[in-house]
Amino acid sequence: MAESVKDGLNRDYKLPEIESGTVVYNIDPLIVKYHYEIDYIHSYCQDSPWFRGLMNGQLLGSKCGKCGQVFATPRSHCMECGAKTEWTELPKEGTIHTWTTCYLGSQEFLKETPFHLIMVEFEGVNTLLLARLLGVPVGRVEVGMKVKARFRRLSKISPTDVYFVPA
Amino acid sequence: MRPVYMIAGGMTKFAKASPDKDFRYMVKEAFDYAMNDVPNLTLDMIDGSVASYFSDHFTRQLMAAIMVHDYLGLCPKPSRRQEGGGATGGLNFQAAWESIASGRLEVCLAFGFETMSHVNTWKGNEFIALASDTNFDYPVGGFYSGYYAMMVRRHMHEFGTTVEQMAKVSVKNHGNALHNPWSQYPMDITVEDVRKSEMVADPLTRLDICVMSDGAAACILCSEEALEKYKLTDKPVRVIGVGCGTDSMRLADRPHGKVVLLPHESESDYKHLKYPGVHSFRGGRTAAKLAYQMARIGNPLEELDFVELHDAYTSSEIQTYEDLGLCKYGEGGKFIEDGHTSLTGKMPVNPSGGLLACGHPVGATGLMQAVVAFWQLQGTMGKHCGGDAFLQLKNPKRGLIHSHAGTGTYISCTVLERGF
Repeated sequence: MAESVKDGLNRDYKLPEIESGTVVYNIDPLIVKYHYEIDYIHSYCQDSPWFRGLMNGQLLGSKCGKCGQVFATPRSHCMECGAKTEWTELPKEGTIHTWTTCYLGSQEFLKETPFHLIMVEFEGVNTLLLARLLGVPVGRVEVGMKVKARFRRLSKISPTDVYFVPA
Repeated sequence: MRPVYMIAGGMTKFAKASPDKDFRYMVKEAFDYAMNDVPNLTLDMIDGSVASYFSDHFTRQLMAAIMVHDYLGLCPKPSRRQEGGGATGGLNFQAAWESIASGRLEVCLAFGFETMSHVNTWKGNEFIALASDTNFDYPVGGFYSGYYAMMVRRHMHEFGTTVEQMAKVSVKNHGNALHNPWSQYPMDITVEDVRKSEMVADPLTRLDICVMSDGAAACILCSEEALEKYKLTDKPVRVIGVGCGTDSMRLADRPHGKVVLLPHESESDYKHLKYPGVHSFRGGRTAAKLAYQMARIGNPLEELDFVELHDAYTSSEIQTYEDLGLCKYGEGGKFIEDGHTSLTGKMPVNPSGGLLACGHPVGATGLMQAVVAFWQLQGTMGKHCGGDAFLQLKNPKRGLIHSHAGTGTYISCTVLERGF
């Protein structure tokens, strides 16, 4: 033990040498790389049955028993009257209300470009569903096109477990 | 509620990146610019601030607003942050108005900023898309340009709006910005240039879409008492109408209902229109209606002299003409085509160049609109644009600023009037 350690206090303490460095992009001003990553413990809570439905090849919507509104997305309470809704199975076929083809996007989806996004309207349902359209070449998507739902065999527990193809 | 005046404004030149100055320094620059415009106003006369920045992800700093308030030397005075997506700045301006109108503060600073250059564009798109439902929208292909492309696709389907009409918005706004030294992307371009630029989300090309920016803006508001007591300016601008509207987070969740009518419209105008669908913003219409009500505006086209609106996309400028009642629903495409919104048209829209050309540092954007509208109403555009008075409209009395979030999720409209 060094001389400098007295009364349990080390007057010569040194930080160990570092094993990794910092990525520097620029010196003046000093710009460095800062990494940031998080795993969440994320519950789908009251919307869980919707995701479980997709695992079973079922597309669920929400129906208000009080005012009759039918939503193509999970809403446990009705946005029109506030009453509790019930799950209802949506038709497997619908039509394209609107569409786009994305050639660029968020980092997470860049590798999937170009991809089609569509909003699907269903007979007897008051709102729409956002989904991916597959099986249609670029330039062939149209408003009013008939589409049908397909489900991933192995679920990712994601809204992309359901996708649409031409009917 | 008592009268509220805007007495000064300032901003930084919006830029793709400003690595030499952090958000505190940028706001300080905008704030000092505003302060220099009202020499009788000293720091001790400012009773507090309201702050706007949109994304904690871009900042990587929670409570960033207090760091600005602190940096400006305003502690221990009251302050708070507002957040409402793209409308953050516009909502913040209204928060400043509320602080004064309620009698809580006599002089209030509204400041806003965003530093979007801290991640690459694709990660930035991801951060922005986190402002859509992260359980249902984001995982499907979260990309705001994709959402707006779907909205305008339906607008085209319903009303026959064309991509050339949209491109004209880009040409107009980038062109106006040639005379705005504060803007990020002034450009002399043609409809053909817009259509030939890279396709991002069909039908929106790169030149149909605003860019990400670093920037800050500041507005100083005060009561009539403070204005007179301290003789702050002889060119005040009065806030005569504020309105805010909302809609569901998920674009998919908007059932059809009746059109929210403005004073100059009637139900028979829209007998066959399914509203709002995904082609119109009922939140925008609601915000306009409330602002017009307070400002006692019956016909916006006749009673406003210009509009600075949230043109994050060329398409949303066209959609917003309709929401604001500058024309009827469905006539927005024709409205730009006929030149009504050019500098010399009957309703100049985005004389500054708008978001498309000025840039869109989210928390600053709505305040930037207030600053340029303020300069317009003061008649000081030339003074603040390096001596170039090209953008100064002739004797404008009233202007409207419009700030917009999400897929039309939060929208604010504020009417400003020359107060001298």
